[in-house]
Amino acid sequence: MVMTRKTRRLILIGTVGAVLAAAVGLVLFALSGEITLYKTPTEIVEKHVTEGRRLRIGGLVEVGSVIRQDGGRVEFKVTDTANAVPVTYTGLLPDLFKEGQGVVAEGKLDQTGLFQADTVLAKHDERYMPKEVVDALKAQGVWEEGQPGGPKPPTAKN
Amino acid sequence: MIVEFGHFALILALAVAVAQSILPIVGFFRRDPALMAVAPKASLMQLLLVAIAFSALTYAYLVSDFSLVNVVENSHSEKPLIFKISGVWGNHEGSMLLWVLILALFGAAVAVFGGNLPQTLKANVLAVQGWISTAFLAFILTTSNPFHRLAEPAMEGNDLNPVLQDVGLAIHPPLLYLGYVGFSIAFAFAIAALIEGRIDAAWARWVRPWVLAAWIFLTAGIAMGSYWAYYELGWGGFWFWDPVENASLMPWLVGTALLHSAVVMEKREALKVWTILLAILAFSLSLLGTFLVRSGVLTSVHAFATDPTRGVFILAILCLFIGGGFAMFAVRAGTLRQGGLFAPLSREGALVLNNVFLTVAAGVVLFGTLVPLIVSAFGGAISVGAPYFNTVFGPLFGATLLVVPFGPLLAWKRGNLLGALERLWAVFAFAALIGLGIAWLNGATHLLAAVGLGGAVWVLVGAFAELWSRARFRQVGLAVGFRRLAGLPRSAFGTALAHAGLGVTLLGIVSTSAFQSEAILEMKPGDTATVGGYSVTFDGVRNGAGPNYTEQVVSMTVRQGGTVQFIVEPTRRFYTTRQMPTTEAGIRTHGLSQFYVTLGGEGRQTGSLVVRMWDKPLVTLIWLGALAMMAGGALSLTDRRLRVGAPKPARQVAPVIVAD
Repeated sequence: MVMTRKTRRLILIGTVGAVLAAAVGLVLFALSGEITLYKTPTEIVEKHVTEGRRLRIGGLVEVGSVIRQDGGRVEFKVTDTANAVPVTYTGLLPDLFKEGQGVVAEGKLDQTGLFQADTVLAKHDERYMPKEVVDALKAQGVWEEGQPGGPKPPTAKN
Repeated sequence: MIVEFGHFALILALAVAVAQSILPIVGFFRRDPALMAVAPKASLMQLLLVAIAFSALTYAYLVSDFSLVNVVENSHSEKPLIFKISGVWGNHEGSMLLWVLILALFGAAVAVFGGNLPQTLKANVLAVQGWISTAFLAFILTTSNPFHRLAEPAMEGNDLNPVLQDVGLAIHPPLLYLGYVGFSIAFAFAIAALIEGRIDAAWARWVRPWVLAAWIFLTAGIAMGSYWAYYELGWGGFWFWDPVENASLMPWLVGTALLHSAVVMEKREALKVWTILLAILAFSLSLLGTFLVRSGVLTSVHAFATDPTRGVFILAILCLFIGGGFAMFAVRAGTLRQGGLFAPLSREGALVLNNVFLTVAAGVVLFGTLVPLIVSAFGGAISVGAPYFNTVFGPLFGATLLVVPFGPLLAWKRGNLLGALERLWAVFAFAALIGLGIAWLNGATHLLAAVGLGGAVWVLVGAFAELWSRARFRQVGLAVGFRRLAGLPRSAFGTALAHAGLGVTLLGIVSTSAFQSEAILEMKPGDTATVGGYSVTFDGVRNGAGPNYTEQVVSMTVRQGGTVQFIVEPTRRFYTTRQMPTTEAGIRTHGLSQFYVTLGGEGRQTGSLVVRMWDKPLVTLIWLGALAMMAGGALSLTDRRLRVGAPKPARQVAPVIVAD
């Protein structure tokens, strides 16, 4: 089998092209379904957020909202001080999960507006707030720059 | 006084770095050996000065010098000794100092061990190292100085973040930095080659040990980080596709590609331009990793004490080196002559395919990591997590793994795919049998796992096909076969071991993901629960105290079929200084599997706790595979081909080998 330089180059370009095309295809497929949208509690409450879509919400754990249920299930509310979204989660909460602390929850909204979280994140470092939470609080105008631990946590509105 | 001494040494190191950046290059262009000879001396001097600075900071931590801002914020007089030492780099300033120390260490290593390098290349390589040192020393001194004093010393420190008070901190960052920074040598070699406009097989031979060493450390750093996150975070997972993790994976992927393309260049003088590009890319991604970790632009669960204002400085360094590197590449790459030709089906062809897959895989990880930034620049907000990466990276890397066994079986220049297939069919049959067996045992629910395990066996066993076929056991018999094996270069064993490591890791990942059993429930003393064939009894809670924390140790007896197997003791700690709770998972290794118990908060009933338990079959293989990869790399590093003077033919050097 005699191959010219041109054929070799074509084969190389073809291979690279095929792998790239496969990668681009996979990326596009993943982008259409596997991307998590980030929403603030206000956006979820005020705007129409489609249920069933994978979402990530960030805010503060509303003080007085944490209720422990049987079998390790926990209910709490995530607030950006203007609006709060009820969240349910089964599993172990991070060590730094506390009322009034910043938190990020990932999961889906159900028909009743309850957020079914499968992941709850808090930071490793108690001095640091998740950027998404800071953004949410800034949007509400309750964030003060340079304040360690963020603004005073709001209390539950029942 | 000692602290001021260290501070002064750091400033001097910057001055030396500036000299090291300029003089050797001037010497190169003026053909002045005296100026070029400055480079090795300057890099040794720099190591000495940075080491003094680092020791001074370590001393301040050891004696708890609370007149230093950095010590006050990150240490405590009652902190155990090991964490006083590792705490030096458990914060932004100290970790940057460690970064520069390792950079100086690599520079000095080139100066000392690069005895057989041509003087011009050595001078240029060390000058480029000098540029990097200058940038980072300036960064430390202007924005992140660990030697700042307080006007009024504090009485006590704020303690180190409890999550970091673990041996993991003593090991993981230094290993990771050795990997990241190690690629700076490859970068310096690439830029030096572009400056000189000359590159040949000898270049690849000089640069390969450095790339290999960096790769081994990076592999170790990533594996160690993964295991640390696994046992410390209590999520029971080993990889979260967090931006910071991706930041270390990308240079690893490109570094792996570089490792392989350098082989082609060394053996066949082909892929020169591509290898240079990979060298620049690997270090660029390392810098990007440093930037992502240090700046906090992306939300990460592993990022500590980040500061966006300082991130801008690193971003500037990043743009300078990446932009400069690529600009230089664009201008000068044309001057490099292309080397040997090869057929698509050949060892070279296989290595090119490996490179294509690895760089494309690195590309999709880069895209997934940065796309939230791009979207947020346009006002949107998304997060890209495990689902994206599993969907995109999984198939790409899976395809890469499947072709791994073929590579070493193909000959250089023109390979024989049919011959390779002939030698691999038995491995394939064995792997398929394992896959089918698992599918048959577990039914249709675990089809993916069956495919994954079959694939893992294929990679694992296939890795040894080259050794097997080179020994020719079947043709020459056992005794001669073993003699033939003993005569093979160590790099052949290194390749086999490293490739087998991939299979081992894959085996661990697939079996843990598919076959782990899990339970989340509330338990109080006396309760018994079942997890995957084990019954777990909550025996009780006892209180204890460590040097800077109080703890509640939960004792649980794990039984299988009525007989006691082992006791696990997950623990909740409370660090008094920071008022911060942590959970230490209770982990017991049995065979290659692990039983993992972690604790949540209090349950609904009084005295009960929320408990999460896993039985993770073969989970340790994930990290044992990484160990095998590192061992394979180390074995290749001892290959005499890399130890002997590169340009000299083997015949002349042989007596030296015999002598040692």
